Amino acid sequence: MDAPLRLIAANPLDQLAKTVEALLVVASAPLTAQELAEAAADDPERVEAALGLVGERYREGRSGIVLEHVAGGWAFRASREAAESCARLIEKPAQRNLSQAALETLAIVAYLGPCTRPDVTRIRGVAADSAVASLLERGLIAEAGRDEEAGGAIRYRTTPLFERVFGLESLSELPRLDDLGASVDEIRDRLHTVADIA
Amino acid sequence: MIVRELELDLDAFEGPFDLLLTLVLKDELDLAELDIAAIVLAFLERLAEREQLDLDACGEFLVLISALLELKARGLFPEEAAELAELEPEQAAEELARRLAEYRRMKEAAGWLRERLETEGDRYFRVGPAPLAPKVEPTLAPHDPARLAAVIRLLAVPPPEVSLAHMALRFPPVVQFLERFRSVLQRRSRFDFDQEVGELSRIEQAVAFLALLELRRGGEISIDQAAPFAPIRISRADVEREDSWTLRSA
Repeated sequence: MDAPLRLIAANPLDQLAKTVEALLVVASAPLTAQELAEAAADDPERVEAALGLVGERYREGRSGIVLEHVAGGWAFRASREAAESCARLIEKPAQRNLSQAALETLAIVAYLGPCTRPDVTRIRGVAADSAVASLLERGLIAEAGRDEEAGGAIRYRTTPLFERVFGLESLSELPRLDDLGASVDEIRDRLHTVADIA
Repeated sequence: MIVRELELDLDAFEGPFDLLLTLVLKDELDLAELDIAAIVLAFLERLAEREQLDLDACGEFLVLISALLELKARGLFPEEAAELAELEPEQAAEELARRLAEYRRMKEAAGWLRERLETEGDRYFRVGPAPLAPKVEPTLAPHDPARLAAVIRLLAVPPPEVSLAHMALRFPPVVQFLERFRSVLQRRSRFDFDQEVGELSRIEQAVAFLALLELRRGGEISIDQAAPFAPIRISRADVEREDSWTLRSA
């Protein structure tokens, strides 16, 4: 009796994939496999497998909706093909007109966070108050406790929205600092070049 | 325009900018004696001579002058003086370079973020507040109705009434004094306020005084007081005061 039944039953993973799909539609932020598993009352490993099915169906070129792994979780977004139309429909307040100061501050918080305003000021050499306020308002950074050593200054970290806006699976996807910019040696050499020409 | 060839004519130094930097780095020139604003002015003057804004020169100048400023600022603050004093000129240059490199890396990181914004700019997604998890209904343990009733009975006992006795301020009505003063004035044409109310409490005296003012306002009486804190004397409005008062108060 068992064998014929199994043959006609839908793949149970398929059923779970539908549930995952539904959960992702109602969620307003990326969901982790763990969160999906809890909501679906199923096993995280099976949820991962179901996500594979969903991802196969919702991918660039095949669907207007795309499943992406972002900010530590899974979320639906519009396909890149639809970007122009989307742009006519909605605004992106979080990343519109980010100033150079705001981007530098954001970089410092992303790499060194949680860190305080004085930390940002020390590196940038100018006060960071307005840049920090702007990033807070945009929801790209958030308060993350206080630094008891530095007189209780508020510390900041980047938010999941930051990872989502910049399309990062996690902060570890940021390029290594060593790979960026001139090395200490290079700058020292330049200083000496200027100085030694005399 | 080449920043290092900038000719300077300062109190502490005369010559090209690069020589100044060399002397500072070799610790042969005390930064504290250097007027950095004057260097900025010299640069701005040179800049103004040219029609086009030389951004490269500006950038280079900014980096150099801010490095000088930071070195000078650190030299001026005593708490870091010890730390700085231990630094050989070479080390100071090293420290300066380290800081510049740190900033440079963050600047590059910011550049990377900007590029990323551009490449990821065509990703549209819905953003919303964090979803609320459904509330878990609290489940009640089984309870004995009799016991519940007993507890509720305990709760239902009205609390003892709070006594307001200590707050009582008994204000006699103003009318009471109006009548009293009117009847006094029917018997006598004048009276002394202090004598009339002297035995009353302070509050009653105050109300009595209000009654006086009320009578005065209605033109029923006139009030006299020879000097501050002197006895207050009341007379019927239709009685001439002067001579008779002199008699009474004499």
